[in-house]
Amino acid sequence: MTGFYIHWPFCAAKCPYCDFNVHLRENIDQQQMLDTYIKEMEYVFARYKTPVSSVFFGGGTPSLMSPQTVGAIIDKIQALWGFKNDIEITLEANPNSSEAQKFADFKQAGINRVSIGVQSFNNERLKFLGRIHDGDAALKAVSSAAEIFDKFSFDLIYATPKQSLDEWKTELKQALQFAKGHMSLYQLTIEKGTKFYLSEARGDFVMPDEDTGADFYEVTQEIMSASGMPAYEVSNYAANEDHQSAHNLNYWRYGDYIGIGPGAHGRLTVNGNKIATRVHRAPDIWQQRIAEQGHAYEQWESLNDETQTHEKLMMGLRLVEGMKLPETIARTKIDTLCDEGFLLKDGELVKPTRKGLACHNAVVGYLLGGSNIHAAA
Amino acid sequence: MSETKPINLIRNFAIIAHIDHGKSTLADRLIQSCGGLEAREMKEQVLDNMELERERGITIKAQTVRLSYTAKDGQTYQFNLMDTPGHVDFAYEVSRSLASCEGSLLVVDATQGVEAQTLANVYQAIDNGHEIIPVINKIDLPSADVERVKLQIEDVIGIDASDAVPVSGKSGINIDQLLEAIATRLPPPKGDASATTKALLVDSWYDSYLGVVILVRVIDGYLKKGQKIRFMGAATTREIDRVGIFTPKHVIVDVLGPGEMGFITASIKDIQDTKVGDTITDERNPCAEPLSGFKPSVPMVFCSLFPADSSEFEKLRESLGKLKLNDASLHYEAESSQALGMGFRCGFLGLLHMEIIQERLDREFDLDLIPTAPSVVYKVYTTNGESKELYNPVDMPDASRLEKIEEPWIKATIMTPDEYLGGLLQLCQERRGEQINLTYVGSRAMLEYLLPLNEVVFDFYDRLKSISRGYASFDYQLAEYREGNLVKMDVLVNQEPVDALAMVVHRSQAERRGRQLCERLKELIPRQMFKIAIQAAIGGKIIAREDIGALRKDVTAKCYGGDITRKRKLLDKQKEGKKKMRQYGNVDIPQSAFIAALRMGDEN
Ligand SMILES: Nc1nc2c(ncn2[C@@H]2O[C@H](COP(=O)(O)OP(=O)(O)OP(=O)(O)O)[C@@H](O)[C@H]2O)c(=O)[nH]1
Ligand SMILES: C[S@@+](CC[C@H](N)C(=O)[O-])C[C@H]1O[C@@H](n2cnc3c(N)ncnc32)[C@H](O)[C@@H]1O
Ligand code: SF4
Ligand SMILES: [Mg+2]
Repeated sequence: MTGFYIHWPFCAAKCPYCDFNVHLRENIDQQQMLDTYIKEMEYVFARYKTPVSSVFFGGGTPSLMSPQTVGAIIDKIQALWGFKNDIEITLEANPNSSEAQKFADFKQAGINRVSIGVQSFNNERLKFLGRIHDGDAALKAVSSAAEIFDKFSFDLIYATPKQSLDEWKTELKQALQFAKGHMSLYQLTIEKGTKFYLSEARGDFVMPDEDTGADFYEVTQEIMSASGMPAYEVSNYAANEDHQSAHNLNYWRYGDYIGIGPGAHGRLTVNGNKIATRVHRAPDIWQQRIAEQGHAYEQWESLNDETQTHEKLMMGLRLVEGMKLPETIARTKIDTLCDEGFLLKDGELVKPTRKGLACHNAVVGYLLGGSNIHAAA
Repeated sequence: MSETKPINLIRNFAIIAHIDHGKSTLADRLIQSCGGLEAREMKEQVLDNMELERERGITIKAQTVRLSYTAKDGQTYQFNLMDTPGHVDFAYEVSRSLASCEGSLLVVDATQGVEAQTLANVYQAIDNGHEIIPVINKIDLPSADVERVKLQIEDVIGIDASDAVPVSGKSGINIDQLLEAIATRLPPPKGDASATTKALLVDSWYDSYLGVVILVRVIDGYLKKGQKIRFMGAATTREIDRVGIFTPKHVIVDVLGPGEMGFITASIKDIQDTKVGDTITDERNPCAEPLSGFKPSVPMVFCSLFPADSSEFEKLRESLGKLKLNDASLHYEAESSQALGMGFRCGFLGLLHMEIIQERLDREFDLDLIPTAPSVVYKVYTTNGESKELYNPVDMPDASRLEKIEEPWIKATIMTPDEYLGGLLQLCQERRGEQINLTYVGSRAMLEYLLPLNEVVFDFYDRLKSISRGYASFDYQLAEYREGNLVKMDVLVNQEPVDALAMVVHRSQAERRGRQLCERLKELIPRQMFKIAIQAAIGGKIIAREDIGALRKDVTAKCYGGDITRKRKLLDKQKEGKKKMRQYGNVDIPQSAFIAALRMGDEN
């Protein structure tokens, strides 16, 4: 399987928790962006030709793209690599009214699934998260998506400072009424280099501690299972296999993916080697380099076996469906983790338990021979 | 400088005092007044040149400086000044300095009065036959009470203080008067210019510019460049390649004559060649009798040091060798531990000394170390009639084979303002102390106690300081060995004993110590995937226990295609971090936990 990821690096405002490759621009030249993407695709196609099995427009805020730009990119992918006409083509959208209005046009352009960055339906929490939309706009965006698309998802951020467990339970149950098959529920993470990183260090707010985080995660798993939308990945929930995100599943199963656009990463199998690719992060340099030399790759290099094993394990054990563990992992370690309730054996497969999902970093660290205390400790 | 000074114009003296009474600051003024350094080269406590000394504001290593002073009698004198450390742990530095000169400036802080180390140091100076000039320092301070301190010196120490010189090292008051007193009141050294070379090896250290530097005090004859010399104790021969003095900058001179102090270098590589206290003589014309040298230092506190990264064992050996070169009181010997691998059993003069050495190994040699609990030397008698000295709790014989154990006791002198006496008495009592004496000097109490050293090495000094808000002072010396009800306490992590944390404790203290240590470890060991039981045990019987619950959550919320590389690098870092961990069964203990657990005080 080969996923296709397009990074759109622009947002209307920068959120205080976000560490994505995001840039703020007054005016965006859609045509120039499109030309650059097209040229970049040609460069990659010359080196990698496997047909594409899913497409994902991520960001940044790809709902700021014009539907024409989106359509032209999809057409170009079809023209070069080709894909079956029922593949999943997702676009990440922010729930601002102007963007929600474009949903129909995006569908026209070839998008068949949207993933909306709702974060919360609660105005106070949205304010804390520095979002420029309110609960109303979120509701409207979600209902518009429900009307237009067969599949859609939305994201919520929880376990924020001052949020009580009961508040979250109520908020989650309300949100479930608007869901259609898929949700991503992320506990707030403080990332280096963000505004929140400084605020937390300054003591402006206090993040929930490990036990509280664990409690939040547990009730979330309970509620989602009880509502018929169990987790299939650490933070992703779906009503059934059909609603699971095919594009993201491919990451976790360590399939190939092409990454284009500023800061995008890729993993490509070429002549039996797994190649890691990374594009320059700065939109201007990206554009300039592609104009001058046809590409803006900062990295295009084979990964050794050990690194591949690490990555494969790291990704695969995020999935409830589990994976076949590589031979190099000591059986005694696997047995210990099974005995201690982190993993389950199911034939050839090893699956994380709920506890295993909650302690994913430690599980992977332990299996790969590191310490059983995570680096963050 | 091709001439040596006539011996009657030389004055060799040490500056001694309790810690922080202002020795190094006074040395600054003396150096400055004699033009040893220009104003722009001057900084506070200029002789404290080690990074650690400057940071902590204490002297660790004695320093020697030659000064030139023209007195009122018109003669120009050569002063060799030795600044010494005040802390009890560095008493060996003081004792060697005292043995190398004829007089002492006894500095007493006019606002503090006589303290425990004032006493200890002055008695040593008296034992060395020194002429003593009492110097009452810090008279610039409003709370200075010169008369009271003079009385104290007379009453407590028993020396005449009527001629004490009141000075301020900080503002320079009466420095002239002090310089004059040094010239007129201290005796010149004795020595025979016509006799064959005889010099005392006072100290040695490694200097990145000069190589191995040997500090000497010439007794008879001369030391010159090119001269073949013999180290009598080490029985080695070398050729002098440089002769010099410190002003405090190093200055090369042609010759050192009788009574003078200075340094030589002689292309020495091996530390075995430079034993402090050794006698240096002329190779072709050796002297008949060596000098009596120094009493060897007796380490009081032991601990083992293991490299966190076992491949650094050799580096640790070399580093200890280099430190030993400039710290004669450091003792070490290789040892191996089942859990911690190869390391060294090290002997120190006290806890501060131990801490300083550990810190220097970390800073100057970039070594990550796992230290074990500090311990003292026990005498162990087994049922088969044998006896041995026990340096490491791990080597304690099984209880069934034990006849008896003896532990070292010290005689402690504590001086304290009256209001803290109650607290300090209680502390000594808790630590199994026996009071021998309690006297008053004005409103200060002087307490003498016999205490088991094992109760002191832990946190006694910290407790003493905290109970007395820093006002009490403390000095001790070894008194005797006594039989005690001593047991080995093991610390178990998930049933596995942790060598580094084993300790010998008095039966009556075992529960308290065990509980403290378990509680402390619980705070220090991070949660892990598996539940952890921390237990303290004596001969298989559990006396304390704490549990650490298992990790509940450790997961990255978001991880998509773009996050793989970054996440994998985090994993790699985690593996690196593992090097700083020690594994006991399935439990990882960070190295920092060992260090912190052993530095525990009663309150925490
Ligand atoms: N006001 C005042 N302060 C002084 C005087 N002499 C020293 N001090 C201060 O007392 C403190 C200790 O001075 P040092 O010269 O380092 O004392 P020391 O005796 O060499 O200390 P150790 O070497 O650690 O034993 C410093 O903060 C000095 O600035 C003085 O005459 N007057
Ligand atoms: C690629 S981001 C951007 C999507 C879109 N631009 C938006 O903000 O709505 C996808 C999702 O990651 C989640 N996210 C981003 N940063 C996060 C953080 N620091 N902690 C938890 N979740 C985060 C948010 O739920 C966000 O919707
Ligand atoms: S969270 Fe979304 S909208 Fe906010 S800055 Fe990041 S990518 Fe842009
Ligand atoms: Mg000093």
